[in-house]
Amino acid sequence: MSRLDPPRINRRSFLSLASMGSFFAALGTAAAGMFRLPNPAVLPGPVRRFKLGPPEQFAAGSETAFAEQGLVLFRDDEGFYAISSTCTHLGCTVARSQDGFACPCHGSRFDNEGSVIGGPAPRPLPWLEVSRVANGDLVVNADSEVPEGTRYRV
Amino acid sequence: MEETATQEFLHNLRTLPHSVKEACFRLGKAPESEREESQATFHNLFLHIHSVRVHLRTLSPTLTFGLGLMATASFVLTLITGVLLMVYYKPSTDLAYQSIKDIHFAVFTGRFIRNIHRWAAQFMVVVVLLHMARVFFTASYKKPREFNWLVGLGLLVITLALSFTGYLLPWDQLAYWAITIGSNIANSPRELTDAIGITKYFDPGGFQKRLLLGANYVGQDALIRFYVLHVFVLPLALVTLLGVHFWRIRKDGGLAKPEDPMGGLAEWGGERRPVFEPLATKTYGLMALVKGQRPPVNRGPENTVMSWPRLFWAELSVFMLTVATTLILAFYSDAPLKELANAAIPENPAKAPWYFLGIQELVSYSAFTGGLLIPVIVVVGLALIPFLDRRAGGEGTWFGTKSERAVFWQSFLFALAVTAGMLAFTVNYGWLRNWSPNIHQLWIIVINPGSLLVVIFAGWSILILRRKNSVRLAAVSLFTCFLVGFILLTYFATVHRGPNWHFYWWPSQWPIH
Ligand code: HEM
Repeated sequence: MSRLDPPRINRRSFLSLASMGSFFAALGTAAAGMFRLPNPAVLPGPVRRFKLGPPEQFAAGSETAFAEQGLVLFRDDEGFYAISSTCTHLGCTVARSQDGFACPCHGSRFDNEGSVIGGPAPRPLPWLEVSRVANGDLVVNADSEVPEGTRYRV
Repeated sequence: MEETATQEFLHNLRTLPHSVKEACFRLGKAPESEREESQATFHNLFLHIHSVRVHLRTLSPTLTFGLGLMATASFVLTLITGVLLMVYYKPSTDLAYQSIKDIHFAVFTGRFIRNIHRWAAQFMVVVVLLHMARVFFTASYKKPREFNWLVGLGLLVITLALSFTGYLLPWDQLAYWAITIGSNIANSPRELTDAIGITKYFDPGGFQKRLLLGANYVGQDALIRFYVLHVFVLPLALVTLLGVHFWRIRKDGGLAKPEDPMGGLAEWGGERRPVFEPLATKTYGLMALVKGQRPPVNRGPENTVMSWPRLFWAELSVFMLTVATTLILAFYSDAPLKELANAAIPENPAKAPWYFLGIQELVSYSAFTGGLLIPVIVVVGLALIPFLDRRAGGEGTWFGTKSERAVFWQSFLFALAVTAGMLAFTVNYGWLRNWSPNIHQLWIIVINPGSLLVVIFAGWSILILRRKNSVRLAAVSLFTCFLVGFILLTYFATVHRGPNWHFYWWPSQWPIH
């Protein structure tokens, strides 16, 4: 017998190996099935479309922070835009600073357009979709991102 | 003369206290002979995890400093006070905060119990870390104790997980924002998958976050998950592993200690004691059932004493010391409770519990690298120690092999200088993003102060490996670097980080906001 020959195995140990093997395979499958449960099939969550009021309420050149909704609404000569105030690093709420936004948790800094200028944030602050509903009120959809620079004209 | 049944009954009634006592305590009195002392140990469920005789080195307080036992004691304290807190605590986002407030301000002794729970939990984290350090520096992880080192690491991870899950339960501002940050750290592999653009197909970060929160945001689903983990799953896992840990200590032949010399006389405690000498003509084979290089009978039994009562005195004193310390702390210092959780306004600065602040500092360079990659590297590195450093020697002795102490101090100073230098540099000059805002995120994930520290420490350890030609010394240098880095980062983030994670010399300089 050369060293490369597989060791001989008798019927009894083959059968016990096989039964042990199938036992653990079944156990593994059952465990995997069990771990499937905590992974939610639907993600419950509040609707994140926010009515912010009639456009006239916001003067050109103004900015309004909506803390509860987690966004800041801007109006300039070209129109409206909304920037999310949830930090793209680890989800703290950023505050306005002299040159843009600053995050209290890990020191990320963003400029007035939401681009990262310092700290660990991996992405710019998202710009959010602005639109209007039937009665003319402005609506921001915090779940829908638009490219930076997008304005909504009224 | 035959006893009547009535007489027998009356007799049994008269001797009732005695016979109940005899049934409960088989010995029924303080043991007087060695035989009775050994019975006292192995007839008792709680004592019989100890061997009947214990080595004098094991009893020496400076071998272990009782740290493992302190961890056990503080865990028992959290267990008892935790059950008491459960009586009033309600795991619902509407009620949780109010119920903690009730416990703190209205429930009789509620505040004290809550404080004990908090202090014992913190104490446990500290002593578990110290215990790990003592096991490392006494080289007690070496064969055959590799497995118990792994079990211990499992205990460390569970201990930290227990602290983290407990942090959410009060549902105050601290809790809410710590969990927001924590769950986003779980989400942070996205930083990497986003950077290379594969998140759509492969999103482990999102999966972990969903598993933790049960939703996209921190709310009721998250609270109930953390509650179940905190009061049931993790304690059960910890108790189970603890059982294995203790069992293995016994099976590995008690605490690690240097071999007693064979035969002749041995120095111990300034005395020369005779050591048992095995006879060449006799077999002691049966004893070989017990694991070890040699059957224990070959070692000098003269260096052991009866466990009863000295070991139990020692253990009881450590236990009482832990309880007393915790009670005093709990009496004088209250557990914090901030305002009700408010999703709109974070605490500023929003700091994690202090033992996670080192990680928070790393996270402020890169969420993925600092929050996940480096901790995983550290845990895997720790787990590998006993399998990479396999040469016997130095077991059960502080800095037991040649030049260990020197390497420890060199590495200590080296790590101190490098970590402090790195922090000073980052505070003064910022990092890649400050110099070039448009840099690709991948660069920041790979090259940041945290990852650089890991690389420098690894390099230092390789240098020691080459220079000193010893795996143990390389391990000592790396472990020391890790310890110093961890402590310094934790200190730095605790004291020198203020609002917006800016650097301040002292908290008193924080701007009023
Ligand atoms: C909840 C956490 C832990 C508890 C309650 C605990 C408890 C204990 C106790 C009571 C001992 C007896 C000796 C002593 O007190 O030092 C011990 C020994 C030991 N522990 Fe732990 N431990 C924990 C975590 C750890 C960790 C994190 C490690 C390492 C990664 C570890 C590795 C070991 C090893 C290898 C021994 C045997 C030491 C020797 O033979 O000298 N344990 N542990």
